[in-house]
Amino acid sequence: MDLDFSPAEEEFRQEVRTWLRAHIPAEPLPSLETAEGFTAHRAWERELGAARLSAVSWPTAYGGRDATPLEWLIFEEEYYAAGAPGRVSQNGVNLLAPTLLKHGTPQQLARVLPPMAAGEVIWAQAWSEPGAGSDLAALRATATRVTGGWRLDGQKTWSSRAAFADRAFGLFREPGSERHRGLTYAMFPLDAAGVTVRPIGRLDGKPAFAELFLDEVFVPDADIIGAPGDGWRVAMSTAGNERGLTLRSPGRFTAAAERLAALWRERADPADTALRDRVADAWIRARAYRLKGFETISRTDDIGAEASVNKLYWSDLDVALHETALDLLGPDGELAGEWLEGYVFSLAGPIYAGTNEIQRDVVAERVLGLPRGSR
Amino acid sequence: MKFVLDAEQRLFGDTLDKLLAGADVPATVRSGAAGPRRALWSAIARAGVFALAVPERHGGAGTHPVELVTAMHELGRHAVPGPIVETVAAAALIDRLGDTGLADAWLPRIADGTAVVSLALPPAVPHALDADLADLVLTVGDGRVRTGVPEGTALTSLDPGRRPFRVSPGDLLADGPEAVAAAYDLGALACAAQHLGVGRRLLEVSVEYARTRRQFGRPIGEFQAVKHRLADALVGLEFARPLIHGAALAHGSDTFARDVSAAKVAAADAAYAAALAALQVHGAIGYTDEYDPSLWIRKARALRSAWGSPADHRARVAAAL
Repeated sequence: MDLDFSPAEEEFRQEVRTWLRAHIPAEPLPSLETAEGFTAHRAWERELGAARLSAVSWPTAYGGRDATPLEWLIFEEEYYAAGAPGRVSQNGVNLLAPTLLKHGTPQQLARVLPPMAAGEVIWAQAWSEPGAGSDLAALRATATRVTGGWRLDGQKTWSSRAAFADRAFGLFREPGSERHRGLTYAMFPLDAAGVTVRPIGRLDGKPAFAELFLDEVFVPDADIIGAPGDGWRVAMSTAGNERGLTLRSPGRFTAAAERLAALWRERADPADTALRDRVADAWIRARAYRLKGFETISRTDDIGAEASVNKLYWSDLDVALHETALDLLGPDGELAGEWLEGYVFSLAGPIYAGTNEIQRDVVAERVLGLPRGSR
Repeated sequence: MKFVLDAEQRLFGDTLDKLLAGADVPATVRSGAAGPRRALWSAIARAGVFALAVPERHGGAGTHPVELVTAMHELGRHAVPGPIVETVAAAALIDRLGDTGLADAWLPRIADGTAVVSLALPPAVPHALDADLADLVLTVGDGRVRTGVPEGTALTSLDPGRRPFRVSPGDLLADGPEAVAAAYDLGALACAAQHLGVGRRLLEVSVEYARTRRQFGRPIGEFQAVKHRLADALVGLEFARPLIHGAALAHGSDTFARDVSAAKVAAADAAYAAALAALQVHGAIGYTDEYDPSLWIRKARALRSAWGSPADHRARVAAAL
């Protein structure tokens, strides 16, 4: 057992660190959940892409570096430690791309991945519907067979990044099918004929997500991932990624914990040991998540449902980190700024990617082996 | 990087697990008699546990922190009684003091299990466990190590596996604040691993109980309120483990004290939460003296404040920030 990095890994860390130091914008970019910020973050993704740093774990052929999972963790540590901008390309790079790499055709990979890595096409996810949140299999939007492709109809909601993104991906069902059967995984342009995007203001009013209305939207066969009707299985490979490490890498939290420690040194009342203990706890938990990440990538077996254990941990940790920072800021905590932005973002963590209540069911049934029951 | 136990380390843990599963540890705890305790101690020593804290030149295997926490975890999982952590910490203490007479006299006997050593390290470790049965009792004050003289009879702990004694300072043996600090850190790490093992066992028995105990015509494990409590217990335990392994790997580095404290905080919180979940899931039976899992529930409470309280260790982490 060891926690050692190889010389090649150290060299990769140095390269990433040096590049970031030279390229990170001098002034923090405006929030990526605004029109102005989205444009600025898109430009940043292009810069990352040009340095082949936007999707390091992808194959070289598509704009990545064939990085190992450990090198990816190193990249993420450096990225967040450097205070680099949030990743507007995250839905595509971390959710759609792993699904494509597993189920996509060579033509789809060659067509979709390079522009994603280059920051030219930004993706939104389109999972939830008004009647299908935690219970995703209740979704009603349809994909109907037409000549040369499919016709999409229905409504999607809580689509992250959809207010400003270019394309989206999601599940649609064969008319008349039920639950997990008859689902098809489709990609579609957000500016296609028949698509209406209505941005939704999140808790702080910023349009971080949107409602999508699809009215006879045509999608060619080439934009279906996996076999039509097999969409549930295809989508679940993405869900596994999302609940594991890829969605929220440890580097994000270790960097936030270090910033929290700095804020505490700067602002803390030495007599306030209760707040001091919360800072220590947040730091300990960020360290635990980092080490757990190294443990996860060291394993040779499939982590399967244990991904839900990770999701429960990081989402609660993110809230605790930011709450503690706001408490340290005291009356300034309510004022717009980096910590408040992070706090508002963190509050969504226990809800998206499968609510934490669903995750606890998954952990209890599939990891601990407790009996399934009526919910 | 390979941050998981290797095949040999896993085998060592499995071997201890099998050994202890066949040793009827609960009966040994409940009887309180010296004979069975000594026999259990010898069996653990023969499996190589105490040699892991003793240098090779003194008949040990050299200090192997990862193997040591693996062993302590299994000893916790089986609720092994007595001054296990204290003996391990005493080995580190004696080794670091650099007093060859003391080292020659005691380290080989610690390694082979013929010496049970108890230790008080006030203020964090004010009492010496099994001081009446131990072959050597040490107490520490102001960085000085003395023999400890047991006072009166054992104090009553909530955990019947622990028999704490007040000790008064006896003969001065050596001076060594650095050795004392090293012993405290290793003891706190060993205690964290033992505690995690206690929490793991409590989760295992609670899951088993929730699968079989029926109320309202179904296993209680079907109810979400039960499921979620046990899922949360698992999450805590799962994230304490890498902190313990990380601290073990930091042994000898300048972040060791901080990393040990981080592990101790996480293990104490996770194991204690698992114990409260176990108590609640078992209902009234878990609250009884006669039901074996209650031995673990009680140990989880005692270990929470042993070798430094969570507050002590949080303060050490904060100081390092």
